[in-house]
Amino acid sequence: MALSKRHPAALFAVLAVALGTTGAAYAAVNAQTAPKVVAKTETQVEQGKQLFLEGCSSCHGLAAQGASDGPSLLGVGAASVDFQVGTGRMPLAAPGVQAMPKMPSYNEEETAALAAYIATLGAGPGIPTAEMLDTTNAELALGGELFRTNCAQCHGASGVGGALSEGRKAPSLMDSNAKRLYEAMVSGPQSMPVFADSTLSVEDKKNIIAYVTELQANKSPGGFSLGRQGPVTEGLFIFIVGLGVLIVAAVWIGAKAK
Amino acid sequence: MNELEHPTGDPYGAKDGKDLISGITVFPMEPHVPRKSDIDPKAAIRAERQVATMFGLSSLMILLFIVAYIKVPADLLITIPVIGTLNANHLAIGFTFGMAILLIGLGAIHWAKKLMPDEEVIQERHALTSTNEERVAVQSSLQRGAAESGFKERKIIRRSLLGALALFPVPLIVLLRDLGPLPGTRLRETIWDEGIHLVTDATYKKIKASDIPLGGLINAVPENLLEIEHEEETLNQRGKASIIIVRMDPADIVSQQGEAWDYQGVLAFSKICTHLGCPTSLYQQRTHHLLCPCHQSTFDLSDSGNVVFGPAARRMPQLAITVDAEGYLVAQSGFNEPVGPSFWERG
Repeated sequence: MALSKRHPAALFAVLAVALGTTGAAYAAVNAQTAPKVVAKTETQVEQGKQLFLEGCSSCHGLAAQGASDGPSLLGVGAASVDFQVGTGRMPLAAPGVQAMPKMPSYNEEETAALAAYIATLGAGPGIPTAEMLDTTNAELALGGELFRTNCAQCHGASGVGGALSEGRKAPSLMDSNAKRLYEAMVSGPQSMPVFADSTLSVEDKKNIIAYVTELQANKSPGGFSLGRQGPVTEGLFIFIVGLGVLIVAAVWIGAKAK
Repeated sequence: MNELEHPTGDPYGAKDGKDLISGITVFPMEPHVPRKSDIDPKAAIRAERQVATMFGLSSLMILLFIVAYIKVPADLLITIPVIGTLNANHLAIGFTFGMAILLIGLGAIHWAKKLMPDEEVIQERHALTSTNEERVAVQSSLQRGAAESGFKERKIIRRSLLGALALFPVPLIVLLRDLGPLPGTRLRETIWDEGIHLVTDATYKKIKASDIPLGGLINAVPENLLEIEHEEETLNQRGKASIIIVRMDPADIVSQQGEAWDYQGVLAFSKICTHLGCPTSLYQQRTHHLLCPCHQSTFDLSDSGNVVFGPAARRMPQLAITVDAEGYLVAQSGFNEPVGPSFWERG
């Protein structure tokens, strides 16, 4: 009842002022912190440690040494953190056989801070630099051969992913990008084996990334790709729809006219 | 079997529902029901128009085909809901041409069903057996031929002919030899041997044991695969000798197929499934399980490659490895059991 005594526009005015102030303050804070992160990595590590203690330590242990609910993060490297947190796989939505990607819980700055902190705990693969992801001179044909040798068994020849055992699966690579592909290869998230730079060189990885990028760009020219799963879905489709249409046609031709 | 009268005036006559000569039971026909288009002239005209419309539409589709072929750009892509993105030119010419032939077919069937006569008729057929006179004539003719040929009296001709005919199929059996030669020891052996380097597949680089990270997987082949000149033989040998190399914490290794066959947690196993020979390298580094994509056979690489799931009857053969003086992985020896699926002679 008290509200009705005020001018009808008062509420909107208050809201507008509040939103404007918050936005301006956020912009100001953002402008201040952005250069700081680059300049003072010690602060970044400190921030990462805080975030880790608040958000990750309950499963991974206070010193990231691992516990019954989560593996040790000593020596997993920044690439692993950037992949797992950046794709939203970590923190886990729910315990299960496999962490699924979702909207990331941490923003880029926080993810970088976490990665920086974990990287100080033990040597591990770092986040790939722009130069490591530059596929300008990549060999597509060799990339294809490497992909079919090392990746296609799980992710499928067309990169759409596939099933593993006990409910696990190899995800589709169709929505991935060069950085995530590199990080996944070098860190071996979850069931995936590790393809370190020492055994699968940076050049080889560039070739593979170039090939996957080509697969992503190569849309199905005939339409109706049926998930690009190959003969299983195609066979099922033609058996059910194709034979179904033929049976209907045969019944119609054979039926007596009235 | 119903005892029924033959419905038509069969020349051979029918009694008690049976055709007298063939002995086949004859069934009556259902009474003929006239169609709507037989009775109602309007219905007949409607059916006629429907058929003509289908043929007319077919002609239109052919014209559209020519227009589409000329006018629709060959590189234009369009997106259709559910079906996806596809080439407009291909869609247009395929649809028009397909519809043109489909409409001719539909029109013809509709014509036949609605307008062409549909009274059921029995096609008269006489029995397939010859008359007795014909049979007797053929029999006597054959007997006379046999007598005149002297087949019975001229023993030497008869016996030599029978001998020649008996031997005639022999070449066919001799030619079966070309199914061979028997594989001999080839199913039991691979080109792996003592001191052969393990090299990465596709890039063929020697592998330093210290370079392999924990949880790592490498698809590898023997270095001497590159020395084989014939491509066919290369593929045959690759098909048997392909391996995978994994590294796990030595504490995770429950058992191995031989003592110290690993090198500091680096293990090498055949890549060829022991069930039906599919390449098997779906290695899940957390569980150390190796999954075959064909029939889901699962091998535990931390426990001698034993089968933990699926139809495979044998464990995955392990290759004993060590390192050379420079730290590169080499085989201690060849596989000590045949790789790949079971075979007849293996026992």
